[in-house]
Amino acid sequence: MGPFVPDLISDQLNLVVALVLGIAFGFVLEQAGFSSSRRLAGVFYGYDFTVLRVFFTAAATAMAGVLLLGAAGLLDLDVIFVNPTWLAPAIVGGAIMGVGFLLGGYCPGTSVCAAAIGKVDAMAFVGGGLLGIFGFAEVYPRIRTFDESTFLGPIKVYQSLHVPAGVFAFLLIAVAVAAFVVTTRIERRVNPSGAPSLRFPAASHRLAGAGLLGVGVLLLFTPDYKGRLLAKVSDPAFAAAHPVKVMTVDELAFRIVDREPRLRIVDVRDPKAFAALALPGSVNGSVRDLFGKEWREVVGPLHVRKVIVGADEAQERTAYLLLHELGYENLAVLEGGFPAFERTILEPIMLVSTGSRWDGDVRRFRESARTEILRMVKEAKASGQKKPKKEKKIQGGC
Amino acid sequence: MSSRYMNPYLAGFLLGMVLLATIFVTGRGLGASGALKSVVVAAVDGAAPAHAERSAFYSHYVGPGKESPLKAWLVFEVAGVLIGAFLSGLVSDRLMLVTEAGPGISSRARWLFAAAGGALFGIGAQLARGCTSGAALSGMAVLSTAGFVTMLAIFGTGYLVAWFVRGLWLGQKAER
Repeated sequence: MGPFVPDLISDQLNLVVALVLGIAFGFVLEQAGFSSSRRLAGVFYGYDFTVLRVFFTAAATAMAGVLLLGAAGLLDLDVIFVNPTWLAPAIVGGAIMGVGFLLGGYCPGTSVCAAAIGKVDAMAFVGGGLLGIFGFAEVYPRIRTFDESTFLGPIKVYQSLHVPAGVFAFLLIAVAVAAFVVTTRIERRVNPSGAPSLRFPAASHRLAGAGLLGVGVLLLFTPDYKGRLLAKVSDPAFAAAHPVKVMTVDELAFRIVDREPRLRIVDVRDPKAFAALALPGSVNGSVRDLFGKEWREVVGPLHVRKVIVGADEAQERTAYLLLHELGYENLAVLEGGFPAFERTILEPIMLVSTGSRWDGDVRRFRESARTEILRMVKEAKASGQKKPKKEKKIQGGC
Repeated sequence: MSSRYMNPYLAGFLLGMVLLATIFVTGRGLGASGALKSVVVAAVDGAAPAHAERSAFYSHYVGPGKESPLKAWLVFEVAGVLIGAFLSGLVSDRLMLVTEAGPGISSRARWLFAAAGGALFGIGAQLARGCTSGAALSGMAVLSTAGFVTMLAIFGTGYLVAWFVRGLWLGQKAER
């Protein structure tokens, strides 16, 4: 599952990757005509909409690819860098860049491209860019408060608009295709003899529009990978068809007291309940967290029995079936969930006699287990590590 | 324009695939302005290290135990952009030392306006945490709210001011 940084590709190799991807980026930008300021400015005057076509096709392609790779379970969308939002600075910064675009005729990426093929104005743009950043840095203390205001975190645009990701993706593509149609008309009216859209066959417009819309419709009906898998394993019919291994409360208590090394307790209750009281040595995470790579070390080892502890047995079964779907083995759920364990072992309630001749032994065992486990809980609270370590966060942005 | 440009939809598709490959392999998007920032940080750190360490802006990037600001992902990526664009210009026969200006203005005026535009981009990209590549394009690809907001702000403002600076691009001799 992608991305391959930081586990498969080291920081050093990543720089080589950056160079290679940059070469591809620069080559395509230049081939597309982004090295011409008059062409870039044409978008704003209606005589050349090439840049709009390239930009929106690229954004739609990459967005569709990200969503489809995510849906196929090939790319972990919870791990990739999502540009965090500082709302007011984004708007003001964008507006300043908009003025800069009209005055300068480039943006930083395209100016580098244009400078590389010898455009002197682009070299002036790059120089101006360096000076602008220097100026910003010098006055930064005075605008820092604004610069750090209205922070909303790495939110996604479809969450901001309260629509599913697929619906947003479809709408974006529909708007892009509509924009292609309208701007091509404008371009041919403003620039009847030299409209760039006249230079290639009309079939290519139609093919691009149809292709993008096709992908848009596909995205509309693509559920996201994690959501789909979670829905599948929470479905009662699926649970009924897939029996799980169950460990009794007494067996778990015995193994804990015995300090069984081949035992791992995975606690999927919410963090508050976990913080209040948890079994010694248990690791906490939500059911959705279990997708994360950091859990591989915890639940991966085959010879270790992983016992899932939840608020009830249904939650445990969901986590069990999810882990099973993700390829993990040697799992078990705790009979009756954490409340059953609490009732039977941790609380000093007298055993109801069943008339069996083992009653006395069971009572003695549970009493000694209670003392021992409560002592272990106290010790564990004092020491600590309760969550699998998160991997180094991917850095990005400009 | 000595040589024809690529079909825009094909170019857009390829550009999208490069961006997708970047996200798939590295987990992050493409960018440009960040590399310029690294150059500025490195230059100031070289010229006045004491000032850089005291500054609220530069001290994020320089100081004891921190690697050179030039050993950054975006610096290598933009170095690649330079190489890639040069190669593209080479194969399409577009390598030429020229100033491209609208019909109504002189080369010298064009340089000044280009530098001013660059400066504004430099400032704006700090506030928006990225430019057209790093914030708008890459942000849109991962469906970041910031990406869409920045894109709309850039192009929206562009259309608002276009009329006022039409002399830069259309000029009196422009074909209408």
